[in-house]
Formats: sequence, C-alpha cells, structure tokens
Amino acid sequence: MTTLTLRRASRRRAVRRNLTAYGFLCGALICFAFFSWYPMVWEIVLSFQHTNFVDPPVWVGLDNFLTVFQDSAFGPAWKNTVMFTLLALIIGYGVPFVIALVLNELRHCRAYLRFVVYLPVMLPPAVGVLLFQWFYEPETGLFNTVLDALHLPTLSWLNSTDTALVSLVIVSTWMNLGSGTLIYLAALQTIPSELYEAAELDGAGILKRVWHVTIPQTKLILLVMLLLQIIATMQVFIEPFLLTGGGPENSTVTVVYLMYQYAFNFGNINGGNALGVMLMIVLLVFSTVYLRVSREDRT
Amino acid sequence: MTANLTAPPATAERRPAAHRGTRRPRGHIPAGHRTVVSPHQLNSPWGRRVYWLVLTLVVASFTAAFVFPLYWMVTGAMKSTEELVAIPPTFLPSRFSLEAFAEAWELMDLKLLMGNTALYAGGAWLFTLTVDVTAAYALSKLRPVLGKLVLGMMLATLMIPPMVIMLPAYLTVKDLPIFGWDLLNTPWAIWLPAAANGFNIFLLKRFFDSIPRELLEAAEIDGASPGRILWSVVIPVSRPILGVVSILTVVNVWRDFVWPLLVLQDPEKMSVSIGIASLSSQMPQNVLIAALVIAGIPTIIVFFIFQRHIMAGLTAGSLKG
Repeated sequence: MTTLTLRRASRRRAVRRNLTAYGFLCGALICFAFFSWYPMVWEIVLSFQHTNFVDPPVWVGLDNFLTVFQDSAFGPAWKNTVMFTLLALIIGYGVPFVIALVLNELRHCRAYLRFVVYLPVMLPPAVGVLLFQWFYEPETGLFNTVLDALHLPTLSWLNSTDTALVSLVIVSTWMNLGSGTLIYLAALQTIPSELYEAAELDGAGILKRVWHVTIPQTKLILLVMLLLQIIATMQVFIEPFLLTGGGPENSTVTVVYLMYQYAFNFGNINGGNALGVMLMIVLLVFSTVYLRVSREDRT
Repeated sequence: MTANLTAPPATAERRPAAHRGTRRPRGHIPAGHRTVVSPHQLNSPWGRRVYWLVLTLVVASFTAAFVFPLYWMVTGAMKSTEELVAIPPTFLPSRFSLEAFAEAWELMDLKLLMGNTALYAGGAWLFTLTVDVTAAYALSKLRPVLGKLVLGMMLATLMIPPMVIMLPAYLTVKDLPIFGWDLLNTPWAIWLPAAANGFNIFLLKRFFDSIPRELLEAAEIDGASPGRILWSVVIPVSRPILGVVSILTVVNVWRDFVWPLLVLQDPEKMSVSIGIASLSSQMPQNVLIAALVIAGIPTIIVFFIFQRHIMAGLTAGSLKG
C-alpha cells in the first residue's frame, strides 16, 4: 500500500518536474522555432517554389536554380567569394598566429598591444567599412596620400577591377585580425613550459622550437580557426554592399550580396533562396568538418 | 584547451611584478611565463638588444595599424571640409572644432538612431538573458524528457550561418506564421531572433552543469521551487558567465548590420549603423566622419570597461560546437 502511494507520488513529482522544465523552456522553444528552425526548412522549400505571397506558391523544381545559374553575375559571385576567402586566408590566417607568437614573447606593453589589436573588432563593422571608404578616396584619401609621400605610384583601390577585391579583403582583415590573435595568444599560454625546456636541452633553436613544440601544441586550435574563418569569410556581404555595390564590372559581387540583390532589388526572392541553399550546402561541409575537429579538441 | 571563464589568461603578466622590487641590471627583461625564447637567451646582451628592437617595432607598427586610423578619424571629424581635402594633409587639425559633431548629431538625427540602438540592445539583453538562462537551467538541472533532443536541435542551429537563412527569417518576421503579425520595424524583430542563440545556450548550460548538485539539493530540501532555486542559487553563482553572455548580446546587437538592414527599413526605426550607412553619400565628408566617431564610441567604452569579459567570451567562442 505504502509503496504504491510512494511510487505514485514520485511519478507525480516527475510529471511536475517535466511541466516546470517545459515551462522554463517555452520562451526559447518559441524563439528557436520561429527564427531558426522554421526559416531553415522554409529556405529549402522556397528555393523550389515560385511565390509572390499573393497567389498560392507553385512548385517549380529546379527552375530557380537554373535562373540564378544563368545569371551573368553567378560565376563572378562564386569566383569572388572564393577569391575573397583565399585572399583573406593568405593575409588573415597566418598573420595573427605570427603576431600572437611575437606578443607572447614580449614582457612589456602586453595589455596595450592586446587592447589595440582588438579595437577594430569592437567597432561596428559599418563604421570600420565607411572609415576605409574615406581612406580609399583616390585623390585625398589617406592611403594614396601616404603612397604619394613615399613616392610610390598611387592606386585606384575600389575603382579598378584589379584592386577592388583586394581592397575589400584589406578592410575585412583589419576589422577581424584581433580576434584570431587573442585566441591564439590564449592557446599559446597553455603550452607547458617543460616542453620548451626539453626542446632546448635537445639543442633545438628558436625556429625548431616553434615548429616542433608550438605548432603541434596548437594544431587543433589552428585547424578550428581555419575552418571558422572560411565559414565567416564566405558570407562576406557588408564590404561589397557599402563600398562597391558589386562593381566595378561585377569584380566584387559575392554570393550573399547577389542573394540580397535577388530578394530586394530584382524582386525574385526564390532566386535568392536558391543561392542560399547552394551556399548552405558548401558551408555545411565546412561546419561538419569543424564539428569533428572541435569534438576531438575537447577530448 | 578549455576555456577558462573565471580567470582569463592574465597570470602570465602578473608574475613580472615580483621582479620590480629586486635590483637588476639596466634593461633586464623579466622572465614571466616560459615561452619559445629561453630566459637565458633573452637576457644575453644580444637577446636584450633584439628584444628591445622587436618590442619597439611591434609597438610602433601596432600603433600605426590600429590606433592611427582611429586617430585620423577623430581628427578628421574636427577638420573643415577644405582642410580635409588639402594636400598635403594636416597632421593636427588647424583648430579643434566640434562643429561637425554637432552637425552630425542634428543632420543625421543621431539622437534618434542611438536611442533606437540602445533600445534594441537593451531589450535584446533582457530578453535573451531571461529566455536563454531559463532554458539552459531547464536543460541542465531539470532534465526533462526529450531534453537532449531539444539541446541538440538548438546547438544544430550553430551549423547554419545566419546569413544563409536571412531571407526566410526576414519573411517570417514580415508575416509571423500562425499569428500573422508584421514585426518589421518593431523592436521585436531584433529582440526575438536575438534570443534564439544556440551559442548562449551552450555557454550557459555548460556553466550550469558545473554547479555542484549538492548546492541545489540543499535548497530543494528546504522546499524551494525550481524557479526560486534558479533565482537565489543558480544565478548568484553564475555571475561570470552571465557577464559574458550579456556583453556578447549587447555588443552583437549594437554591431549587427545585415539583420537590421532587412527588418528596420523605416528611417525612424533604423539602428545607428544602418542610419549612418543609408545617409553616408549625402553628407559632407567631415560630418560623416563625425557620425562614425559617435557611432563607434559606445562599443569602445564597453570594451574599455568589460575587456576581461569580452576576451573570456572570445576564447570560449573559439570552442563552440
């Protein structure tokens, strides 16, 4: 008799605990459902439909994909996105690691250097980008003034097909360098000093110590950062949106920018969704690898 | 590497302080944490010379690369339009005038824009904390049926970068399913999506998991309800992580560009980034620069004050997954 009432009481408690738990969860569930889960599904659905939000949507198969595929900006958009990502990797991936290595050796001004390198990251991106727009001015901008003062040929930066994309990469790198640097710096400080001492006893010079101790010890974080940076830079939008509008001659149009244009300038939101799905697939590959790597990191 | 949220890696800098009292040869370099270069090498006559040279170079180049552009921005805002286009440019403004700031404040209606942004950031902060803390607490301590699945689905959203779902998210806000509300140009368009943040849930849940069970059980025996336990036991001990999540949320909303660009197109409702960007081509150069300075100041101040929290969030950020 008593065991039965006890069991019933514990069951009632379990039910109550679950009800409370879902009460606590409901706010987050609603937010996630409306603004994360549902849009994810809808993104895919819309890419296979024609919708004008007045008539019922029509399923059109791969029609939207074909439309964007035949767009003359489609090829340049992907090419520029990949180029942007590669250039940003060349400048923005190795450099923070080298900076972190040097910073880690310094015993003075550390707080200042760490603060300063992270300042641009804290600025709102729109502020950073518009600031560089002024620096890039062909006649009176800071960059050409400096080049001129050094008796170097001036560049037309954003106005030439040769330099526009690189100019965007420079802005983006300036704004994002700080986070990589500080993450590497934190990783470097976890390397046990015995490893360096042992390497030193074995007669390894400075470069060898970096190669055989520092890099193996930070290998996972280096790999994780590589993937994160690829995922982040492939979504480049604000730089072309504010600085070049995709020009000159499509030399800076990117996938997300084209996606935006489809939805808000060309009035073809389904085309934008088709582009979004393509980008989603590409980024998912990197995300999956990232997840694998970071899981390894934790164990 | 595990993110240490309570003690950011500041230990290495603390140590050299111990050397201050002792007498050392001039230019002696304190040892600190053992790094690639050995302390012995560092304090050899050559090592010392190289060290000071590198230090000078690094400080100079960092100042040139990261401080000088900001200096140029602030002084640029003080120059007149004629002085801005002068060749060669003046290093110091010929007179320190704050006119451009006043003009920017008036012309671009920065009071309204900053007020809007503060409303969005503040509301998002309150909303995100309430929603995400309760959710993470439920998932961590109450462990309901299907809790693992819910957590998995929340973390899965981290795999899909926000940019690729911006169009359907925009449509959702424009015509909220079931309810049929149009949330465009309302603060809710910022607040609600801000709370759907898998990374916050991840950070909070991981922290709550580390709170010892005994602490909660003691309160439970005293007859405290789950809500009461959350409020008077869990939240007080979770201050460090709440600080990190708060600052991440506020700074992210303040800095965000693409999302407010889509959902706040009404000039009366724009955030400061969007407002300035949309007016940028119609403004005299010095007024625009002054506006940039004003828009940049709040985040820089936040960074000054909450550096530790921000850097702790950053190192935790590299491990999300």
